[in-house]
Amino acid sequence: MNLVQEASLVAGKDLRIEARSRVTIQQVLPFGLIVLLLFAFALDPDRGVLRDVAPGLFWVTVLLAALLAISRSFAIEAANGARDGLRMSGLDPAAIFLGKAAAVAVELVALEAVLTVGVIVLFDVSLGAIGPLLLATVLATVGVAATGTLYGVLAASSGARETLVPVLLLPVVSPVLLGATRAWEAAIDGAPSDAWPWIGVLAVFAVLYTSIGTLAFGPLLEEA
Amino acid sequence: MQPVVRLRSAVCLLGRFPALAGVDLDVASGEVVLLSGGNGAGKTTLLRLIAGLLPLHQGEAEVLGCDLARNRTTHRRHVAFVGHETFCYDDLTARENLRFAARATGASADAADAALERVGLERCAAVSHARLSAGQRRRLALGVALAREPRLLLLDEPHAGLDADGRAVLDAVLEAAAGEDLTVLIASHELDRTRSLASREVVLTAGQAKTAEAARP
Repeated sequence: MNLVQEASLVAGKDLRIEARSRVTIQQVLPFGLIVLLLFAFALDPDRGVLRDVAPGLFWVTVLLAALLAISRSFAIEAANGARDGLRMSGLDPAAIFLGKAAAVAVELVALEAVLTVGVIVLFDVSLGAIGPLLLATVLATVGVAATGTLYGVLAASSGARETLVPVLLLPVVSPVLLGATRAWEAAIDGAPSDAWPWIGVLAVFAVLYTSIGTLAFGPLLEEA
Repeated sequence: MQPVVRLRSAVCLLGRFPALAGVDLDVASGEVVLLSGGNGAGKTTLLRLIAGLLPLHQGEAEVLGCDLARNRTTHRRHVAFVGHETFCYDDLTARENLRFAARATGASADAADAALERVGLERCAAVSHARLSAGQRRRLALGVALAREPRLLLLDEPHAGLDADGRAVLDAVLEAAAGEDLTVLIASHELDRTRSLASREVVLTAGQAKTAEAARP
């Protein structure tokens, strides 16, 4: 098998497990919607403010929900010594990284689709330039999934995985939060030309962390 | 003929504790070697070192031609390890766990199905790992190892938790090993049962190995 086939095997395995366990649908998705609702309740007196800050609230919600998805991705490897099984599998560690990141990305895309509807309904937002908005979303999702998978395996070596992932990850992904929020603001305001520089930042971040993860995941998996 | 496993003064530390304190061991292709010794003698550590799951700290270790001091990952594709845990995913069925393991090493789905049959779990093929009994899980772990079509099989207390049928399945695998050019290292406390299946016995004491008399001529 080549790298893509091996990554597909790992991603398929993770997505099948999520489809069976329904953790994303039954826990991560409701969590994201509840966070959006809480923001809506807190800022409801001023719908104008809510509309203005909607992109930031959306991406903060996505990042918080991503923490759960990433922790879950490594929790399934912790049970029954599956991580040692993965190490023994003969799969290329780069493929394991790409597969696990791809599975997290797919889950996040599904989450973002639902949360987007939530933002439109709860925050009274109308989406302007769809193209830049979609591109920014895809790049930000890849960046979060790649970074999360990299720091997830790093935290897996610690007994305090659930608490360590947010501490490690949130500061690192702050450029994604900033870039995606600015790109969304520009797209919603109907000024797509303002979105492109931020989309560039998101693209660099996604490529950088995907590359680092591909190289570093193997040694980190051995230490985990 | 190059041995499948060749250790010279191999040292493996767990923290600062020398779990293996200078082990010499040669295992030829097709051999079934019993590792015996008391609790804490270093049997599991030795198997995990050979599997490449633990680092070599001193000495020499060569497994399937790979120098573990330089690279302890390349040979893993040809090594299967059945340890205290099953290495399986709770939410995947028995068949799915087997097929994932088989495909990961480049073996076919047929190899996975054959392994399922060999360990007698055909009726549980669609049952998730989480719903299998402890004994069935042990059988599945053995099946996962066989589905990978390994050249070297490492078994750590494989009889634990198995019923009579499960033990018979395991014995059949060990008896067939030489004919299949499969080399087996088996760490066990069930000495009477395992000695009759092993070609020789290596006794581990405080992290050091001594060869016992041949168990099977």
